[in-house]
Amino acid sequence: MTDPLLRVRDLVQEFTVRGQGGVRGGVLQAVAGVGLDIWPGETLSVVGETGSGKSTLARSIMQAPPPKSGEVVFQGVTLGTLRGAALRDARRSIQIIFQDPYTSLDPLWPVARIVAEPLIAAGVRDRGERRRRVGQLLEQVGLDLGLHGRRRARELSGGQCQRVAIARALAASPALIIADEAVSSLDVLVQAQVLNLLEGLRTSLGLSYLFIAHDLALVKQVSDRVAVMYLGRLCEVGPADEVYAHPRHPYTVELLDAVPRIEQDQRSGAARDRSADADVPAEAPSPVHPPSGCRFRTRCPRAQLKCAEETPLLAPGHGAGSGHLVACHFPIVAESGPKPEPSPAPGQRVPAKPGQPGKSGRPVTSTTASGSSK
Amino acid sequence: MTAPTPALPAPAMAPAPTSVLEVRDLSVRYRPRGRVVHAVDSLSYSVPAGRTVAIIGESGSGKTASSRAIMGLLPRSAQVSGSAVLNGTELIGLGPKELRRHRGHDVAMIFQDPARSLNPTMRVGPQIAEAIRAHRPVGRAAARERVIELFRLVRLSAPEQRYSEYPHQFSGGMRQRVMIAMALSCSPRLLIADEATTALDVTTQAQIMRLLTGLQAQLGMAILMISHDLGLAASFADDVVVMYAGRAVERAPARELFGNVRMPYTSALLGAVPRLDRAAHTPLPVVGGRPPDLSAPPAGCPFAARCPRAAERCERERPELAEDEPGHAYACWYPLAGSAQAASEQPASAAAAAASASASEEER
Repeated sequence: MTDPLLRVRDLVQEFTVRGQGGVRGGVLQAVAGVGLDIWPGETLSVVGETGSGKSTLARSIMQAPPPKSGEVVFQGVTLGTLRGAALRDARRSIQIIFQDPYTSLDPLWPVARIVAEPLIAAGVRDRGERRRRVGQLLEQVGLDLGLHGRRRARELSGGQCQRVAIARALAASPALIIADEAVSSLDVLVQAQVLNLLEGLRTSLGLSYLFIAHDLALVKQVSDRVAVMYLGRLCEVGPADEVYAHPRHPYTVELLDAVPRIEQDQRSGAARDRSADADVPAEAPSPVHPPSGCRFRTRCPRAQLKCAEETPLLAPGHGAGSGHLVACHFPIVAESGPKPEPSPAPGQRVPAKPGQPGKSGRPVTSTTASGSSK
Repeated sequence: MTAPTPALPAPAMAPAPTSVLEVRDLSVRYRPRGRVVHAVDSLSYSVPAGRTVAIIGESGSGKTASSRAIMGLLPRSAQVSGSAVLNGTELIGLGPKELRRHRGHDVAMIFQDPARSLNPTMRVGPQIAEAIRAHRPVGRAAARERVIELFRLVRLSAPEQRYSEYPHQFSGGMRQRVMIAMALSCSPRLLIADEATTALDVTTQAQIMRLLTGLQAQLGMAILMISHDLGLAASFADDVVVMYAGRAVERAPARELFGNVRMPYTSALLGAVPRLDRAAHTPLPVVGGRPPDLSAPPAGCPFAARCPRAAERCERERPELAEDEPGHAYACWYPLAGSAQAASEQPASAAAAAASASASEEER
């Protein structure tokens, strides 16, 4: 086997935050020891909610800012050891596309100039050559130099802006594209167009993608592998088919459950029936003071005392396929297997949020979720 | 969820109770630089008491403009015509003062971006207390009591403490809860939720939607949900109106609509919804092109240029929204084959999605 295109090991990124009144600072560990590989031609999706550290992970990979500790090896080069021009050169092969197409493009610059900028940075001096490349790039993303080249961002639709951002990313001839919620703010029809465009470019240019999203359904169609992230840590990593069909981590199950499903909900009115029990706001705990042990335990229906004491590590097992890792002491096992339903010893149970009812119905919902995605 | 509302005593089983909002032939036009933009064109729908109606459409379909026209929130340059009757009062044409009397009491609105709807320099509680006192003759202490009661209603943890915090100390989901609390402060009969969960995480979105439906049952208010998300409408709405290029193109009860799509545009939208059962690296069904320029709307069906089923007639004549089956209206000359009512729902929607998939492939 070849080497991975990108190898991330024990990545930690911290920020110092000010407490109330500007005193008593705390340290926010936005990424708390993440490891992942992206192979050439592969799409890895990192999914998690706001504040899970997925965007910080992307930026730390880019060394913008450099991570606190950990190792990022891209194309065999350890990015953390590079400085100045050498880092800029290495970084050119990783390009990011951001969520908001309007704010990520200079509002005063015409499209052609936006797309030409990375070419100038790469040392393409000849104007004619640059113009030819810009025309090519715009064509690749379904735009036309003559028609769109002189327009500015505000004269374009959201989908067109995102195409310009993609063209700009491609201008640097990257090997890896990080799409940070790149299609989340687009209308469904445009979203489908842009996702198809990204898929087409992947095969035609042999790109690898790191997709960042908060919605598992959104990345289903593009992902080879999926990593689920919660409060700076990975909960579950695996081949996309595996993770969607047999989620092991309770948080993955929660994310899958949250996806509105047209057929199912219509047939059973499931979403509305579910509304009865789900009245507790499951707010994520403060990342400055994350829960001890497993960070998800305060929201987890399966949490027990062990979860507060011991940090679960990413590990295979429980009949999971190869490459399917889960960081959970009490993962969900396949439907056929016996469920390790924790014997409810009330004194043993880790106190969850006050007023949180025992959601014993959750594991059952999980089987529905995995059953439906087959 | 369509439980009888406390406000309506007798006809618990009546299928369509009195409408809270009745919109007829609502049109919104702008005239920028001599052109006429038909942002909303003869839109009609009604929102029954205690029910949820979803208006679904892409950006620029006129869904937001139509709801803002009702609230009187459009800029003065917008020309609004038609009728919107809220609890027996015609709203279109009311002056700002009269409108203000109705906002809050009869109808309240929550917006997409809760961060921008709150004053960042003011503590959260007093902002809502201020809103309450603007509408009701209550004292400071009573208003504070009411705010804390509302915070409890929307299930914010530690409501007393939250009262004197600033918006930046709240997460997105919590801010939206605050906005809901503010909207509910004067017990409106109609709540307009304009993309209220779009900016939120899927898990938070599910929580907020459940909160809203729970509150709806508890308080008996009607909800007008403006969204681009068909999945959300399928899960939480009773009735759905699909808008395209300023016009309603399909209107039906949610169950009927998703089981029996007739309008190709709705079908295209459904086909593009991100789904968990889609195989990796398969192209998504896509319709090319963009919505028409609303300053020069086509003579025929506005979707004709993108529609896989379009024929010559579609470009010439505009189909009107007509009720073909009871309760199910659509504007299309060549609708998709409606499955027999008895047929199971799932194959119908799957077939519709497949149809749009193959059709779009032909187009490309």
